[in-house]
Amino acid sequence: MRAFTYERAPDPIAAAKAVTQRPGARFIAGGTNLLDLMKLEVETPTHLVDVQDLGFNKIETVSQGGLRIGALVTNTDLASDERVRRDYAVLSRAILAGASGQLRNKATVGGNLLQRTRCPYFYDTNMACNKRRPGSGCAAIGGYSRQLGVVGVSKSCIATFPGDMAVALRVLDAVVETINAHGRTRSIPIADLHRLWEDNPERDTVLTTGELITAITLPPPLGGQHFYEKVRDRASYAFALVSVAAVIQPDGTGRVAFGGVAPKPWRVEAADALLPQGAAAVTARAFEGATPTQDNAFKLPLATRALAYVIEQART
Amino acid sequence: MANWPELEISRRGVLAGTTVTAVAVGAPAFTEASAPPRAQPARTMPVAFSVNGRKQSLALDPRTTLLDALREHLHLTGTKKGCDHGQCGACTVIVEGKRINSCLSLAVMHEGQEITTIEGLGTPDKLHPMQAAFIKHDGYQCGYCTPGQICSAVAVLDEIARGVPSHVQEDLTVGPRATRQEIRERMSGNICRCGAYSNIVDAMADVAGDNA
Repeated sequence: MRAFTYERAPDPIAAAKAVTQRPGARFIAGGTNLLDLMKLEVETPTHLVDVQDLGFNKIETVSQGGLRIGALVTNTDLASDERVRRDYAVLSRAILAGASGQLRNKATVGGNLLQRTRCPYFYDTNMACNKRRPGSGCAAIGGYSRQLGVVGVSKSCIATFPGDMAVALRVLDAVVETINAHGRTRSIPIADLHRLWEDNPERDTVLTTGELITAITLPPPLGGQHFYEKVRDRASYAFALVSVAAVIQPDGTGRVAFGGVAPKPWRVEAADALLPQGAAAVTARAFEGATPTQDNAFKLPLATRALAYVIEQART
Repeated sequence: MANWPELEISRRGVLAGTTVTAVAVGAPAFTEASAPPRAQPARTMPVAFSVNGRKQSLALDPRTTLLDALREHLHLTGTKKGCDHGQCGACTVIVEGKRINSCLSLAVMHEGQEITTIEGLGTPDKLHPMQAAFIKHDGYQCGYCTPGQICSAVAVLDEIARGVPSHVQEDLTVGPRATRQEIRERMSGNICRCGAYSNIVDAMADVAGDNA
């Protein structure tokens, strides 16, 4: 691990300022992903700003009937919250399908959204990777790509966003709240938080330097039945090959997002509208223009079958 | 190796003689030398926390993980370093009542916190019920993952008692029960390469049954 200096920020603006003003500075919350990458020297921050004292660890009911989840709420606490289990079960299910008990106790909501891809070429500093070293090329293209993206990827990067929680947040149309060093706040729909890679895959999100996630807001409950179906190589503690987050209403309409397939939680609203026509209609639309490799072409039929399973469960 | 504790005739003592190179990589005296040339000289920071009920004050390179602080600075070598990347669970300790991977946390982030390691759960004379159950059910072979397994196991039963839900729970709105399926799912962050899993589940089910 490269040497760095460390401070604990007393308030959000001080935290944002500290990261804005010092080149190479980063926020640290749970640290479960950042420290892993620092040990490998994939991440090499020169200064860490610890945000654990900022008080963003509450889940509050908002007046319009939704929930406001502090960015420092742990994955375990969010998945365990009674309101989330009752009204946003897709979110509890998605969180509980990810990582291990130890990691969920430490990982935070804000950090979960900002976790980096698990592409093996991103992790291996001997390999070309446009995300890790812009302009160096992509060893994953033409390499071992079974886990990697099939849609929304580019000629410079075929990595996926690896998380589960964000896929559920996409179905729920959550909104990400941030603050910057000037005290300016903004609300970013989860759909717009993560970028498609295009020619600059080194940027995962639309956040600017020093912009700090303070909370996630959930709109009022959608009702319906909630599902998070995750297909992976092990029954537990493995990243998704394909995952399906869905909220299905009694009349067969609903919403669906896919994980493990793209640079971001993958939801196409026009495909949602096809849910009453069945899984194949939905995935044909959602994965239109997909560019799978030979290794990961299986993800397309797998997504259809996983969704078919969800729709069948919703009917019973 | 100036700050080794006095060597006893023990498994650790014997191992120390044969694994000097591997151990030295994690020892604080070598951290600077092994860091890349671009790194600034490491400056230490003060941190104080409580480990197994005892207050500890340390001056640490900020890079020091909680795991290395416990093992290399406080010489609590019960907690093991397996993968050092949060994948194996050998480093599991209980912080403020919750189990975490001590390898994926910086020691300086734990100011003022209460940390419990395997040494704090029980002693050879007065075993924790989970330690006794692991012995009774033969829940280990080589023993390397065992401290992490036991810390995790104790915390898992507490999580079930507190109603923390899991992936295998059919109905999220009711409290979980310590079934074998629940135990297996919740212990997936602790790997045992000897494959003592079924005996570990037996040990945990035994303790859970006693508490029920």
